[in-house]
Amino acid sequence: MTDATANGHKVKTDAAFKMPSYWASVFAITLLALLFHVIMPGVLPDRWWPEWEIPAEEWLTTRIEWLKSEATIFGIAFKDITRAIGEALKAPVKWAEYVLYRGHANIAWIWLAIILAGVVSYVSTLRNAFIACVLFLSPIFLAFFLGDAAPEAITSLPKTLSGLLKDIGAKALYGPVPWVAIAVGIALLGHWIGGWRLALLCALSMVYLALFNVWKDTMRTMTIVVVAVPMAAFIGVVLGIWVTRSKLAARIITPVFDLMQAVPHMAYLAPVAALFALGPVTALIATVVFAMPPMARCTILALQTVPEEIIESGKMSGCTRSQSLWKVALPSGKRTLMLGINQVVMQTFAMVVIASIAGAQGLGHKLLYSLQQLKLGTAIELGIAISVVAIVLDRLTQGYADKETDHFAAVKSWGQQHKHMLIFLIVLVLTYIAAIWFRDVVIPPSKLVYTGAEGKVTLFDPKVLARWMDGGIREFNKNAFDYINPIRDWVTLNFLIPVRNFFLWMPWPVFVFVVGAAAWRYGGLSVLLLCLSLMASFIVTGFWEETMKTTYLVLIAALLCVLIGVPLGIWAARSDRFAKILMPVCDTLQTFPSFIYLIPAIMLFRVGDFANVFAIIPYAMVPAIRYTYLGLKRIPQVTVEAAIANGTTKWQRLWKVELPVAIPEIMLGLNQTIMMALAMTAITALIGSTDLGQEVVRSISTQNFGRGILAGFFIAALGIIADRIIGSWANERKKQLGIG
Amino acid sequence: MTSEVQIKCRNIWKIFGDNPKRFMKRHNGAPTAEALKEGGYIGAVQDVSFDVHAGEILIIMGLSGSGKSTLIRCITRLNDPTAGEMEYEGRDLLKVSERELIDIRRHKMGMVFQSFGLLPNRDVLENVAFPLEVQGMDKAERVQRAKDMIELVGLQGRESYFPRELSGGQQQRVGIARSLAVEPDIWFLDEPFSALDPLIRAEMQDEFMRLQQKLKKTIVFITHDFEEATKLADRIGIMKDGRMVQLDTPERIVLNPADDYVAEFARNAPRERIVSVGTIMKPVDPAAAGSVAQSAKIGTVAEQVLTADGPLAVTDETGMIVGSVTREDVAKTIFSRDAA
Repeated sequence: MTDATANGHKVKTDAAFKMPSYWASVFAITLLALLFHVIMPGVLPDRWWPEWEIPAEEWLTTRIEWLKSEATIFGIAFKDITRAIGEALKAPVKWAEYVLYRGHANIAWIWLAIILAGVVSYVSTLRNAFIACVLFLSPIFLAFFLGDAAPEAITSLPKTLSGLLKDIGAKALYGPVPWVAIAVGIALLGHWIGGWRLALLCALSMVYLALFNVWKDTMRTMTIVVVAVPMAAFIGVVLGIWVTRSKLAARIITPVFDLMQAVPHMAYLAPVAALFALGPVTALIATVVFAMPPMARCTILALQTVPEEIIESGKMSGCTRSQSLWKVALPSGKRTLMLGINQVVMQTFAMVVIASIAGAQGLGHKLLYSLQQLKLGTAIELGIAISVVAIVLDRLTQGYADKETDHFAAVKSWGQQHKHMLIFLIVLVLTYIAAIWFRDVVIPPSKLVYTGAEGKVTLFDPKVLARWMDGGIREFNKNAFDYINPIRDWVTLNFLIPVRNFFLWMPWPVFVFVVGAAAWRYGGLSVLLLCLSLMASFIVTGFWEETMKTTYLVLIAALLCVLIGVPLGIWAARSDRFAKILMPVCDTLQTFPSFIYLIPAIMLFRVGDFANVFAIIPYAMVPAIRYTYLGLKRIPQVTVEAAIANGTTKWQRLWKVELPVAIPEIMLGLNQTIMMALAMTAITALIGSTDLGQEVVRSISTQNFGRGILAGFFIAALGIIADRIIGSWANERKKQLGIG
Repeated sequence: MTSEVQIKCRNIWKIFGDNPKRFMKRHNGAPTAEALKEGGYIGAVQDVSFDVHAGEILIIMGLSGSGKSTLIRCITRLNDPTAGEMEYEGRDLLKVSERELIDIRRHKMGMVFQSFGLLPNRDVLENVAFPLEVQGMDKAERVQRAKDMIELVGLQGRESYFPRELSGGQQQRVGIARSLAVEPDIWFLDEPFSALDPLIRAEMQDEFMRLQQKLKKTIVFITHDFEEATKLADRIGIMKDGRMVQLDTPERIVLNPADDYVAEFARNAPRERIVSVGTIMKPVDPAAAGSVAQSAKIGTVAEQVLTADGPLAVTDETGMIVGSVTREDVAKTIFSRDAA
């Protein structure tokens, strides 16, 4: 409602003559209706009539039950299909676990196969080496494909071998890849991609993870990441190609993606958890589904933005359709595709952290646990770990996207070209050898202990540090609460609660009327119908109250984001020096999984709406800043120069020239801010709230998936309503201004 | 110039808009400008007919939006024409299968693009070898051929550079080398030098002429630069609003423009470099002294003619006197724009 009237004022000041009367009448009708509601409460309905409620929730729940128990597709039970998918996906997850942190007899077997292949290729041909390798690995293949049906004499070979290895002291071979090797590998990758600076960043991050005893949890998280990323990327590329090739596909997939973009992370878990048991496979599937659309979008963008002449030159070179795709279009769009990979990796990581509530082990799980236990020291350590991993993943993938092959590649020797790989292989072999004597090379120790002549001295223990931080925070809170609490309570009582109560008190027809008026005014009939049906969906199913609580939280947060973000954006547009500081901060804020924003909120304000809003703001404010900055920066130089030549002061220029031109862009920023705030309300539900987000979170633990799916959909519905209205307004305005 | 026709185009139409084929049918295959405008269609190419002879340089000239780029894309079938007939060496270009078309492009056609159209992810050698790669030539052979082409355009030593590391002129040399790698019979150049600086452009034009003297390809060349057209062309086709308004030799276009539009181009053309003596000569004059060649451009003999006292004799290749030329003829041609 706030944004609708805000739009009205904008139009009133600078657009055509008739519009004020439209908004004046909307405003008058709204006011009259509210007055009427004050004078004669109960006449206007404040919620849907229970006897007319559509029992969507029960219906969904019974459908899910039916799917899980009775449904068949082509005579195959649906539950068998999901079970088969689950089993199939379990295998790669299991293997990633073996390699990254668990270790397994099979790993040793594979190392032996590689050594064998190396020896054979040295004394014989590459082909024989390959055959030897495949033969040697056949027990694993048999066990993998036949399962229990495979003869045990063969499948038990790796296990027998590991017993032998243990006897001769080489048990490191069947352990996971030593952490030292992974850490050095990441640092080398950083050096290969971004030189010494990135290498240093990677190395320090790895040291942090090891030092603070979160290595194993990081690897647990990465298990799902390394499996999900290739899957999401592959599906995304295939769908993207399909959309650019088939109009039908575009018509089906584009709106689905639009919906998916509006659905918060958390809501992906409910439907998947409904069909699959809680655990890593559910986390994996939800993650893949969540992280795939950006890849598809980037693929579409990459294919559509390849310059026409490059495609034509490919055709004139005699490319067939598939050559044109694989040899011309996709490689030319490599950078955009790599940015897609970057997004997939970041989304995957953010999702895996959140998937902890659906049974994914790892960093997110630990963080959630320590937050719920109010072990804030540990939470901070974990939060930093998550941020550190996010930054490393982001810089590595982004750096790779920007990396350019140099033309001296051909001149360099094979060794020079592959020096990073060679060093990594040497380190790998060395760490495996070292692992025979030093266990700490494989998994970092839980604390640093120095054993000297006088006995053991603990040099560093993350647990002690966490406890110490806990004490510090408690001490800080004890003193600061005298100041923080009154502010929090005052704002909550005088600002938050009244707004919330207003939204809950407001009769739903008023809400529908105001939103509908905005939709009709800016989007026309189609947007109006869409908004009406979306609003109807949460009104008639009995979710009115929860939806209004979410609306209120999001609107307050968005308002604050605009109040803080827009001035920051203006400042950045004015001062390059400030922009140089602010923009990297924005980038970094967006890199972090939304989960970690809960930590400072909880630390300072415990739980409640104030803490929720506080957690939403840093996450959702970034687009408000960025779009304001870009909107101002994109104003043509001549427009600004003309304004200066006309003798405007700085402020006149801002108010009369720059802001009016940039306002469509700023509104699109607001749109993004609302979307992100909506997504974040589902996260803040983890620290307590009573809105739709809470319904989503609770549905997973109570297995009431129908309710969770609906609540997730309604969050998306709010997002779509805001997006359509603001988007139509901004596009209209852009057209009027002759930009975009 | 032989008169053997290599490409024959008849009544080519290319119309953009909603279901253009149906629109064409409704207007009996020849919609008027008003009909196009009314229906919201754009007639990028309208009823264009011409032949390309083997070994000639045919330049298609016109301002931006005149349809010249669309026309070349119709001939190469990068865009399919809405209506018309096209023959390539007697084969109906509009009826060939996808496979045949690819085959023709792989062996018979080469094309150079205005913004070069180089593949950003491949170095110079790989770009030049690309057409050979897609037709499945083995690596050693295509690398050798690509290296020859790179040498031909004078880029040896830059084989492992990437397009972004090259200047515009160098990038276009790569584009030229790539288009020649398959040894095409017919060479399409779509404003190949328009994206270059004037100095580089002149250099590339000379380079182009040098190459053509060596290769003797059939060339269809697009430009919006009349001077470039007169410098390089055997024949020039001038396009306006999708129609071919005149197709003739540079001399005749300068001296006999078909309409005001063409005359406007011709007005500022360097006539002394376009018109040859034979075109303006008078019948044999017994009083004529000295001699100038019939094929000489008047700019090269102007000094000789203008400083002579009387008319000069004009001779053909064999040295036989075929006419005479006077000071007035030369002066009039060069200075009086509306003469001839």
